[in-house]
Amino acid sequence: MAKTVKIALAGEGGQGVQSVAAIMVDAANDAGREALYIPNFGVEQRGGVSVAYCQISDEKIGSPKFKYADLIIALSDRAVRRTKQYVNQDTVFLYDTSIENIEQDLPTNAKKVFAIPALEIAKKELHPRVFNVIIMGAAIAATNVIEMEAAKKAIEKKLGYKFEQDAKLRDLNFKALEKGAELVQGLL
Amino acid sequence: MADKPIQGEKRVFMTGNEVVAWAALAAEADIMYGYPITPQNEVMHYWTRLAPKYGKRFLQTEDEISAGFTTCGGVLAGKRAFTATAGPGNTLMQESMSMAEMMRIPTVLVVQQRGGPSTATVIYSQQEVTMTCYGGNGEGLRIVYSTGSHQELYDYTIKAFNTAWKYRFPTFVLGDGYQAKMRESLYLYDPALKGIKMETTTPYLGLEGMPGVDRDPSHLRNTYNTEEELYEVVSDLVAAYEKIAPEVVEYQTFNTDDAEVIIIAHGVVTRAAQAAVKTLRSQGLKVGHFRPVTLRPFAAQQLRDIVKKAKKLVVVESAQGQLMKLVKDAIYGETVPIEGYLKPGQGITGEEIVEYIKKGM
Amino acid sequence: MTKVPNMPKSWRVETKPHKFCPGCGHGLVLKALGEAIDELGIQDRVVFGCDIGCSLLSWDFFNVDSVQTHHGRTTPVVTGVKRARPELICIAYMGDGGGYAIGSQHLVNAAARNEKVTAILVNNCNYGMTGGQMAPTTLPQMKTETTPYGRDPEQTGYPTQGPEMVAAITREGSYVARGTVANVRQLKGFIKKALQNQIEGNGFSFVEALSGCPTNWSTNAKDTWAFIEETMPKYFKVGEIKAPAKKEE
Repeated sequence: MAKTVKIALAGEGGQGVQSVAAIMVDAANDAGREALYIPNFGVEQRGGVSVAYCQISDEKIGSPKFKYADLIIALSDRAVRRTKQYVNQDTVFLYDTSIENIEQDLPTNAKKVFAIPALEIAKKELHPRVFNVIIMGAAIAATNVIEMEAAKKAIEKKLGYKFEQDAKLRDLNFKALEKGAELVQGLL
Repeated sequence: MADKPIQGEKRVFMTGNEVVAWAALAAEADIMYGYPITPQNEVMHYWTRLAPKYGKRFLQTEDEISAGFTTCGGVLAGKRAFTATAGPGNTLMQESMSMAEMMRIPTVLVVQQRGGPSTATVIYSQQEVTMTCYGGNGEGLRIVYSTGSHQELYDYTIKAFNTAWKYRFPTFVLGDGYQAKMRESLYLYDPALKGIKMETTTPYLGLEGMPGVDRDPSHLRNTYNTEEELYEVVSDLVAAYEKIAPEVVEYQTFNTDDAEVIIIAHGVVTRAAQAAVKTLRSQGLKVGHFRPVTLRPFAAQQLRDIVKKAKKLVVVESAQGQLMKLVKDAIYGETVPIEGYLKPGQGITGEEIVEYIKKGM
Repeated sequence: MTKVPNMPKSWRVETKPHKFCPGCGHGLVLKALGEAIDELGIQDRVVFGCDIGCSLLSWDFFNVDSVQTHHGRTTPVVTGVKRARPELICIAYMGDGGGYAIGSQHLVNAAARNEKVTAILVNNCNYGMTGGQMAPTTLPQMKTETTPYGRDPEQTGYPTQGPEMVAAITREGSYVARGTVANVRQLKGFIKKALQNQIEGNGFSFVEALSGCPTNWSTNAKDTWAFIEETMPKYFKVGEIKAPAKKEE
């Protein structure tokens, strides 16, 4: 029986968590896998913690929510605290190095806990806008739910119209994917 | 103008709200009336974009009271009319749906349940079961389908139009905020491809010919003068409902034949229940799952037959006993113990059901 | 160290920064209201009701007893409070949907009965919280989530002229005005007069405030202000519309 991979991405509203989750599951669906994605947010249009629950499998997915995640990526301090409840001994927990004073709040029962400098790399080497694409690259590399090529195809599908106007954006996004994957490769 | 909105069959990946809009189009719905309320807004967003391409109409009303009554109006005019709502909006719809019950108006209402009571959350629950099945000041003469996947949301929204127009009772598709917002795959299809023919609609008002000359005028009312008169009217309604109930009732069973513990759940929770049964069976435990698909009418006799051999029933729902009440009503007299795993407004995973069942075994 | 900015005394510091979107007009309207409450010295007598939608984010905004109600039902709840305890200063705070759509019958009836409450309505031409659907005050040809091809007045009517409608219904003793977040001082003046009207027990008071919603308008700062300052006043006239006649000395 194929295992369902459960991924929770969490951040502040506006960090692009939902966009990236949607592209990732779309990629899985296009690659012929079963996928389910559900966003979770509060009443506010902006602000507030935004969580994306993604499940990818070869079989039809069961409940839209899960108790424990295989991978959690948290992009803010509130996101770290919000997603701790989904951690068990099989969970890989990644968080961004930009989050300050978070050591006390990190989970102590996860399989692995790592900080990745996604925002820093976005700002210094790429562009702050592709921060969430770096996260997507990390998520894919950490779980192997889809091939990198499938991820690139999905980004092309979603943002192709922008790439038409500026081909450099394509390189930027694809580089971001690859960078994200690199960040994780050494760690796991 | 394009002809059929869905031609052939195609696999898509989209949110539940979008599915509802496409299903209504595929079912040849003529007009949607609606009012914004989370989490069903996108049904309107998709409908307003697609409708003009297929010559369909839309009206955003001033509130849900109006949305319900304008839907009644559209149906009385002989058109396939529908609306969608959630939570407090559903509460406001009860007045119009009572009128539809009394007057046998085939309305279609899609409900995407959110937390309750009052405004609560915009996210999810199964707390509108009692209201959708028995709301308003009537006897619950309604047909309610509880869907658990996007494929079912599509299938049953199309079916709702046919059920409504064939049997002439207000018909509901009971989804929830998870189904509304989540994305998963399904097959959109042209109903004709599956041998589904849409029921013909006939107007109650605005009929052909000169009233009083060519034909009797249509005089519709929902008011009565005496107790005796009302008793007759309601008895006829009830008789009509009970007559069609066996044709309409739907349910599913999973491993119930030799089950000692039977999980009863509906809607999206059936997914968690089915997963739990798989896991528990693989561990050698005799657990099964009964899933009502129609909450109204409820598969009472069928459930009664199934629980006779069981040692325990566990009702699992994201509400404080709304499904439990329907179950108890259905199997009154049976002595099998019933427990509730009740989590109002909260999602339920397969893992937690497994944990709960194992603790009790 | 973060410096706490100057805020009206009646504002609750613990619930700041608020949850409204960047660029939202609600903050300015609530500032005008806060200053009016301060200047009139009524903080301990005010009961503040808010609606559903973005206005609900003001439920814990003030150091004032507040109640978040149901969509469109703020006016009747606040009316109920006032009828039971006339000494309280009752304010109903709502958006264009809460006042002119689902709440319109309550607004109309409160006005007709000359209820001695003050209704403040924030008009940003859309339903913000639920994602930008058409509102009664959406402008002709304006694109919203439920008018994706632009609002067609033939199909959906013209933008509701709320204060004018209220002024047509009320009798002597009412105060009706329309202000704008583009002129907060003037808006505060209108709100102060509206509250004063309630304090004096004259009748129904109503102030509409033209406001912005860059999130759902998808406008940057410059375009948001242009819309509020130049476009909206073409349909919604700013100024005092009705006020009680001055009493003979």
